[in-house]
Amino acid sequence: MKLRQISIFLENRAGRSAEIIGILGRAGVNIRAIALADTADFGIIRLIVDKTDKALEALKNEGITVKETQVIAVEIPDRPGALAAILNILGKAGINVEYLYGFLDRVEDKAIIVFRFEDIDQALRILTKEGYQVLNGSRVHDM
Amino acid sequence: MIWNKEMECLPREERRALQLYRLRRTLRRVYETIPAYRRRFDETGVTPDDLHHLEDLQKFPFTSKNDLRDNYPFGLFGSPLKDVVRIHSSSGTTGKPVVVGYTREDVDIWAESVARAIFCSGGGPDDIIQVAYGYGLFTGGLGLHYGGEKVGATVVPISGGNTKRQVMLFEDFGVTILACTPSYALCIAEMMEEMKVDHSKLKLGAAILGAEPWSNSMRNEIEQRMGVKAYDIYGLSEIIGPGVGCECECQDGLHICDDHFIPEIVDPDTGEVLPEGEKGELVFTCVTKQAFPTIRFRTHDISRLTSEPCRCGRTTMRMERISGRTDDMLIIRGVNVFPSQIESVLMQIEETEPYYLIVVDKRGTLDELEIRVEVREQIFSDEVRKLEELQRKIRREIESVLGISAVIRLVEPKTIERSIGKATRVVDRRTLENGPETGGKAS
Repeated sequence: MKLRQISIFLENRAGRSAEIIGILGRAGVNIRAIALADTADFGIIRLIVDKTDKALEALKNEGITVKETQVIAVEIPDRPGALAAILNILGKAGINVEYLYGFLDRVEDKAIIVFRFEDIDQALRILTKEGYQVLNGSRVHDM
Repeated sequence: MIWNKEMECLPREERRALQLYRLRRTLRRVYETIPAYRRRFDETGVTPDDLHHLEDLQKFPFTSKNDLRDNYPFGLFGSPLKDVVRIHSSSGTTGKPVVVGYTREDVDIWAESVARAIFCSGGGPDDIIQVAYGYGLFTGGLGLHYGGEKVGATVVPISGGNTKRQVMLFEDFGVTILACTPSYALCIAEMMEEMKVDHSKLKLGAAILGAEPWSNSMRNEIEQRMGVKAYDIYGLSEIIGPGVGCECECQDGLHICDDHFIPEIVDPDTGEVLPEGEKGELVFTCVTKQAFPTIRFRTHDISRLTSEPCRCGRTTMRMERISGRTDDMLIIRGVNVFPSQIESVLMQIEETEPYYLIVVDKRGTLDELEIRVEVREQIFSDEVRKLEELQRKIRREIESVLGISAVIRLVEPKTIERSIGKATRVVDRRTLENGPETGGKAS
């Protein structure tokens, strides 16, 4: 049920994200989803890729600070109010969302939201109970 | 005007005789009353009786900042605490800070030294001296304060900061002398310009500046922008505080109060005493103080000495303005900073050998300390909030250890240059025309 996400530390300077993403391209790694968080000084790139191990190896070889984190991906309907609904449920259950980002499923016509939770297992229980489709890892990595 | 003509203009031979007498008395006293000194003398195989001539001082062991730290807090005091009326302390380095004490007589010697400095700078009882050095454990504020009162001047103990008010008091009180660090003087000059205060309308005539190394070009800038004559004052708490030496109107070296503090110049590597006129490390011995009579203290400051009488009439030994340091100590906004202090803060937070770079630069007129910390896996969190927390934590810890604020920048690994295995830890972008760039190396 859990997905392997790669987080990369980068300084906030022109061209740096291109350099880092370029490493993945050369390693033949395909990106499924990407999000960038930034501050005035630094940023964090978060990625879901098809070949996580290969990506980690390529990045580490270049001396880049990376971390593997666990996230989950939930399928929701692609219509107004759908994201608000799931966030409401999580909020009511007292589940803290660290961050989230989304993308569209080309085949299923659904929206997929990647969540990072403080307590991932608790979140999983709530979401399954509420009937949400939590995607299994291979499905997303191989999309 | 000379404050103490008898002492400051004493003929050379009489001066040397007085120094020898006072030195012998001091060596005996520390040998008898301070066990740490007795131990060091015994280890070196000397006793106070081995002092026959002034030159015999070089047979005696040095005292280093580490010796002072090892005896924290009162281990090197030569007087019982009941006779000590004042404590000062220099900024803490890795581990313990250095604590110094003064008896009532010591405070008076200090005030005497600063009084000489104020007269050197053309000051006197008619002056209004604004003391914008920090007051507190740092010796700057109270040092100038007591000296100012001693000469009978009117002392304005405003301390550092509140720059607008500094300028306002120049105008309202008719302040004639400013005492502070050179970088703060520039900061005040900038404020004067911002407030459109014309210095030619002020009574300000002199600035007594010290506690950090500064260049002649900085002096020129201060003199022009403030309409003052700027005098260099030297001192360190391990000896007494400000007033160990000060420039006179000739601005040709600092007159040392060498009837109280005997200077030597040594080779920083071998410790050999160098002939007069050669450049090396300044070493001082206190020969009149009771509570903290430091013997042959290694200052790590680079200078040279001359005994040529000055055109002003004073016959004291003069030292050239400090041109650099022999160690990696940085002076930032008047505060002593060792890279090792920063390293140990990072080490505690990261629990591993940190990779960092210290960048010191001028922002406007004030020194700015930036610390670049490489974010490696063990401290990397993929949440912005946690990284910002880490940044704040480092900033807080650095501030509590150094007493000054720093900008913390998180950078990618390997972005800090490594030279032959060892990283360069310090980039000092403040230019000192006399001194080399302080390129400290990792320890």
